[in-house]
Amino acid sequence: MTYSYYPGCTLRTKAKKLDTYARRSAEALGINLEEIEQWQCCGGVYPSVSDEIATRLSSVRTLAQAKKAGNELLTVCSACHNVLKRTNADIISDADFNFRANNYLELDERYNGETKVVHYIEMLRDAVGFDELKKKVVNPFKGKKIAAYYGCLLLRPGNVMQFDDPENPSIMEDLIRALGGEPVIYPFRNECCGGYITLEDKSLAQKRSNKVLASAQEKGADMVITACPLCMYNLVKNGTEHDLPVYYFTELLADALGVKQEGEGQDNE
Amino acid sequence: MQRIGVFVCWCGSNIAATVDVKAVAEAAKGQPGVVFATDYQYMCSESGQTILKDAIKEYGLTGVVICSCSPRMHEATFRKAAESAGLNPYMVEIANIREQCSWIHKDMEVATEKAIILAKAAIAKVQLNKPLVAGESEVVKRALVIGGGIAGIQTALDIAEAGYKVDIVEKQPTIGGKMAQLDKTFPTLDCAACILTPKMVDVAAHENVTIYSYSEVVDVKGFVGNFTVQIKKKPRYINENLCTGCGACTEKCPMKKQPNEFNMGFDKRGAIYIPFAQAVPKLPVIDADACLMLKNGKCGLCSKICEAHAIDYTQKEEIIEERYGAIVVATGFNQIKPTQFEEYAYNTCPDVVTSLEYERLMNAAGPTKGHLQRPSDGQRPKTIVFIQCVGSRGDSCREKSYCSKICCMYTAKHAMLTKDHYPDTDIHVFYIDIRTPGKNFDEFYRRAVEQYGVDYIKGMVGKVYEENGKVMVQGSDLIDNKQITIAADMVVLASAVEPDPSARSLGTMLTASMDTNDFFTEAHAKLRPVESPTAGVFLSGMCQGPKDIPETVSQAGAAAVKVIGLLAKDKLKNNPCVAACNQSVCNGCSQCANVCPYGAITYVEKEIRTPEVREVRRVAEVNEAVCQGCGACTVTCPSSAMDLKGFTNRQIMAEVDAICR
Repeated sequence: MTYSYYPGCTLRTKAKKLDTYARRSAEALGINLEEIEQWQCCGGVYPSVSDEIATRLSSVRTLAQAKKAGNELLTVCSACHNVLKRTNADIISDADFNFRANNYLELDERYNGETKVVHYIEMLRDAVGFDELKKKVVNPFKGKKIAAYYGCLLLRPGNVMQFDDPENPSIMEDLIRALGGEPVIYPFRNECCGGYITLEDKSLAQKRSNKVLASAQEKGADMVITACPLCMYNLVKNGTEHDLPVYYFTELLADALGVKQEGEGQDNE
Repeated sequence: MQRIGVFVCWCGSNIAATVDVKAVAEAAKGQPGVVFATDYQYMCSESGQTILKDAIKEYGLTGVVICSCSPRMHEATFRKAAESAGLNPYMVEIANIREQCSWIHKDMEVATEKAIILAKAAIAKVQLNKPLVAGESEVVKRALVIGGGIAGIQTALDIAEAGYKVDIVEKQPTIGGKMAQLDKTFPTLDCAACILTPKMVDVAAHENVTIYSYSEVVDVKGFVGNFTVQIKKKPRYINENLCTGCGACTEKCPMKKQPNEFNMGFDKRGAIYIPFAQAVPKLPVIDADACLMLKNGKCGLCSKICEAHAIDYTQKEEIIEERYGAIVVATGFNQIKPTQFEEYAYNTCPDVVTSLEYERLMNAAGPTKGHLQRPSDGQRPKTIVFIQCVGSRGDSCREKSYCSKICCMYTAKHAMLTKDHYPDTDIHVFYIDIRTPGKNFDEFYRRAVEQYGVDYIKGMVGKVYEENGKVMVQGSDLIDNKQITIAADMVVLASAVEPDPSARSLGTMLTASMDTNDFFTEAHAKLRPVESPTAGVFLSGMCQGPKDIPETVSQAGAAAVKVIGLLAKDKLKNNPCVAACNQSVCNGCSQCANVCPYGAITYVEKEIRTPEVREVRRVAEVNEAVCQGCGACTVTCPSSAMDLKGFTNRQIMAEVDAICR
């Protein structure tokens, strides 16, 4: 199976591990990732909160490129996934945005939302299958209590993202089970880490992140996994009251599949 | 050629502000057959009707066109006026220039042009009208009430008191409905059982009332004054004539682990059970899914114990057919189980309950004998959080768009009753708005705040979760503008009410219209609030929309009055606009009978004589008493033998021609 792959900026800088292990695991699972040529920044989560269309044009271009390649578009970063999926939904439902975005871009063919945006975890569930994945695991996380941290961007807005039930998700727990670990259900797994508020009000981000980690720790977690570089930043830099290690889910995946190379320690980014 | 009069109504400014009524009257004057045309401010008023009557006499009118509101509003008014002036009422046609013209257009020029066209169409039609005479049909002097909650009981009692026979069909083994489950009732706090159970006894004992409990309506045929209804009596496995209601059988049943529906599953009942101590009829019922004897023929304990020999495992379902003049729908409501609202942890935390569940936990006859104990460990909750508007007033697909109306009041009631029993309880209520219009309602709510010190928090709850044996409630306080977290022992969700699920199929059976939420629609939101648009079908209680007990009882009485008014008539005038078969061209193909929803068409062998043929063949015949004039047969008939009186094919074509000319 071949996907058009959109890594996003952070995965080239601060979150290299998220990208590296995603590619390596995909290879091990027989999934072919074709990186979109000359992709541009999705704009972080900012485009979705403004009426401005310019900030969303790069996403439309990415989506159109995947359509041209005839592939589904695969993302890993929660923020990129959120922006691309919501932009795609707007292209379908907002005629004015569709009209203006297409006029700006002057693509060879008008883009009308044909591309399906798939998150890496959805790909693992639907294309690989958690049962199949389980068979390919060579280093299962036996006895490890792993807490999945969803944050906001994968789940909300629920009617657009359609990732899982925003109030009681289970897909990451299913992934943890497939990797041989024991998922920890804790109430704050779908709460906000504070996001970009850390730039304005660091104490608020600290409060939020510590609350998430405290909640996971209280339920007995040994570690936390996330799909989002921004959540990673907040949990590590702002959630300092707790020494719970935080990993990208791809790092655990690569480790379980036996494709994580020696010398790549489990350091946080 | 008819002599036609045209009357254009202004409807105050409703029509006149958008339609040039004088121009319409002027245009009508030039139409073939029109001998008189005028306009007037309110045609429906007494002076408007006098203009109509005088014109009929003065100009010898044989046909009348009224350009006004919808015929659903005033067709009957104008027909009656015309009749009193000596004209056949079916020589009156309405051109609807209000709902279908002035109300939906802004541009006067366009609206006037359209009004003229609509008037021309009506004039063309009335040219072909023929005087029709309504036949009569007998009124069956018996009413059916579907649902035996407080709405159904009150309606039935009022009808019975007026001297008419009335049957109640209740799908549960007992009447009483939701009110029987309540503890106390706002705003006066009388206990529900104390005011309801005497009514249950009264209705059961009334000589004019028959109760079919544990029964359902499965088929409805006929029309106003003469419905034929099939009632399915589900097997109780009890001989009602022998059973004394002693209850000995229920004590010995070995299958004691069935969730007790009456107590919202908080305790257990046997496979043979009496729903509650004050049940009417006080008869046990066997739950066939749980009974060992019915499932695999082993046990029979209850039968051995019963001294009256009333247990009958062979009982079968029974269909009863009965005729009624009127039907009252009183199917009531359900409180939704908030399972799809994961943020409130109803699925995962046993100490999160719905208000109706809390009602049972507070009730002296409930599973805890009225001692408030939280479900998880039986401890008395010291801090309770009430959350309002769960599943109501939302705009997403999981929520109801409407306000459930009763929650503000019963939450205040719960808060005060809890404080009465246990004054040291901390009570917090999250609300969006407090809605307490109703006699003594706002005073009731203010008492909760001012005298009982209940903490009302304006804001919504985002998350409920368990932590260290507490139920944590995270929400926002919009007045203080801050996020708060309350460590509670118990959470009570005021989840939305919805119509009983049986309403939908019943609505189809009755051809009674419903709204998108499955509430029955009233014939007119303001002026006919207890009548369904389907003649002879009336609405009582929550099946029409959320309402509290005082409102339900008033509506139940109002529905009864409408039923009594109908049953007091010996005969009803039929609608003469029914189908008729031109048998000389009918070839007996049966297509009309196949589409007729009322079973009004039969076939006869008949000798047909025309100048061309003389033969005996099979032809259709319409039963005018059964035909409702829907017209399905007329459009189906391949040889145009079927025609609808008052709406003949020629009349419809004349209207279309007039519009297109």
